[in-house]
Amino acid sequence: MPKRIDPDTETVTFTFEGQIIRARPGDTVASALAASGIRHLRDSAVSGEPRGIFCMMGACFDCLVEVNGQPNRQACMTPVSQDLAVSRQRGGVEVKI
Amino acid sequence: MNNNSITSDVLVVGGGLVGAAIAWGLLDRGLTVTVLDEGDIALRASRGNFGLVWVQSKGDKMHEYARWTRRSADLWPDFAEHLAEETGISPNYEKPGGLHFILSEEEDRRVRAQHQRMHDVNGERGYGAEMLDRQQLDKLVPGLGPEVISGSYCKHDGHANPLLLLHALHKGLGLRGGRYIPDGRVETLERDGDGFRATTSHGSYLGGRIVLAAGHGNKVLGPMLGLDVPIHPEKGEILVTERVAPLLPMPTHVLRQTNEGTIMIGDSHENTGYSTDSVIPVMSGIAQYAIRCFPALRNLRVVRSWGAVRILSTDGFPVYQQSTDFSGAYTINCHSGVTLAAAHAGPLARMIAEGEFEPEITAFSPRRFDHA
Ligand SMILES: Cc1cc2nc3c(=O)[nH]c(=O)nc-3n(C[C@H](O)[C@H](O)[C@H](O)COP(=O)(O)OP(=O)(O)OC[C@H]3O[C@@H](n4cnc5c(N)ncnc54)[C@H](O)[C@@H]3O)c2cc1C
Ligand code: FES
Repeated sequence: MPKRIDPDTETVTFTFEGQIIRARPGDTVASALAASGIRHLRDSAVSGEPRGIFCMMGACFDCLVEVNGQPNRQACMTPVSQDLAVSRQRGGVEVKI
Repeated sequence: MNNNSITSDVLVVGGGLVGAAIAWGLLDRGLTVTVLDEGDIALRASRGNFGLVWVQSKGDKMHEYARWTRRSADLWPDFAEHLAEETGISPNYEKPGGLHFILSEEEDRRVRAQHQRMHDVNGERGYGAEMLDRQQLDKLVPGLGPEVISGSYCKHDGHANPLLLLHALHKGLGLRGGRYIPDGRVETLERDGDGFRATTSHGSYLGGRIVLAAGHGNKVLGPMLGLDVPIHPEKGEILVTERVAPLLPMPTHVLRQTNEGTIMIGDSHENTGYSTDSVIPVMSGIAQYAIRCFPALRNLRVVRSWGAVRILSTDGFPVYQQSTDFSGAYTINCHSGVTLAAAHAGPLARMIAEGEFEPEITAFSPRRFDHA
């Protein structure tokens, strides 16, 4: 599990699947989840297999999560803020027609 | 002879979809093949296209092309299966039929007249597209916008993942013992004995025969072997949305859902030289038209976009040519290298191996422009 170089600097909290996650200001959702040991961020839309961070720079779209009800957000490109509600992206989004 | 020279039965210049399909097919006929290609950064339509295997509308006013396209579409199921078995890489080909949405009375008239022309020459079964009214469309694809008045449906249409297709062909090339030379941009071509010499910055390659499949590069390379290649660039831009659950049951001429769930939206026709830029007015035009066809797209995020340059001949039909001055030299150019990949790997590779085009294929000679 990744460890922070400077521990005890977490002053922000948000939730992931209802669980409270502590984060540093400036963290992204992905970095805060990684620091909390959470690696399974979504299920593949094709195979249903678990997926998580890969590039950490917005290129691969492997880190998709749902943020405040919005699906398919890149966790590594989403800065944390107090009380964000984040959950796993489960497969492809159903689009209403 | 240069020490670096490597000799093969056939040199293929260009490792895009056209060169790779032909080389893969030639290797199946016991010939030794070397493919000379540029590096990662190159003008390469095969990396930027829409992935349709498309029959409808192809070959209006040149029925040999309509038949050739249909022949390729008929070969595609076996071709895809064969590639996947041999290489372990499936091009994800599906053939649920394809739709062209019609949004105006004028377009309805145009497409109906086109169907009539195609049916007159090839018979209804030869072409295979039919007009559907709005009610019939609603059964096939729920969720169409109010402006869609009718559509043209062709059961021979389908789609594939063009990047996996290219990847599979390249892997197959290697497995069949072909030699692939990246960073092998050919600078000069000349006769060498009975064969040909292609010279790159790092050495030269000899081949008994030579196939120029260098996309836009053919325009420069062709004249070195007496081949005039009347092609020009035309840009197309494509947008890709986030992945969503299955939404579109079949590909259409402006949008298709990939089997990974993304929706590809295209495509424009721009006269901007060899530029591959994506530009906002064009992208928003593409998106607006797609939303008129299928309003649910309005809520989706676009995650990628790019431009790529089509290889178009003066009349839009293929240019296949055997040099008369240099026997054994060919140039192959086309606007639909995904669609025609199965025909290129199969019958066209056979014709090149045997040294003779079928009579129907000679229609693709650029000599047709001499009379224009
Ligand atoms: C936006 C867009 C959408 C399209 N949609 C479809 C579609 O839906 N269905 C379909 O069937 N087709 C489609 N096409 C067309 C299809 O992409 C092309 O027909 C096909 O990729 C052409 O392949 P090619 O091998 O001839 O050319 P390219 O892919 O351009 O390959 C040419 C190769 O030759 C190499 N080369 C060039 N010069 C030299 C040299 N001097 N020495 C060595 N190598 C050289 C290049 O590096 C390159 O690898 C589309 C094209 C575009 C641009
Ligand atoms: S980890 Fe690659 S986009 Fe987020």
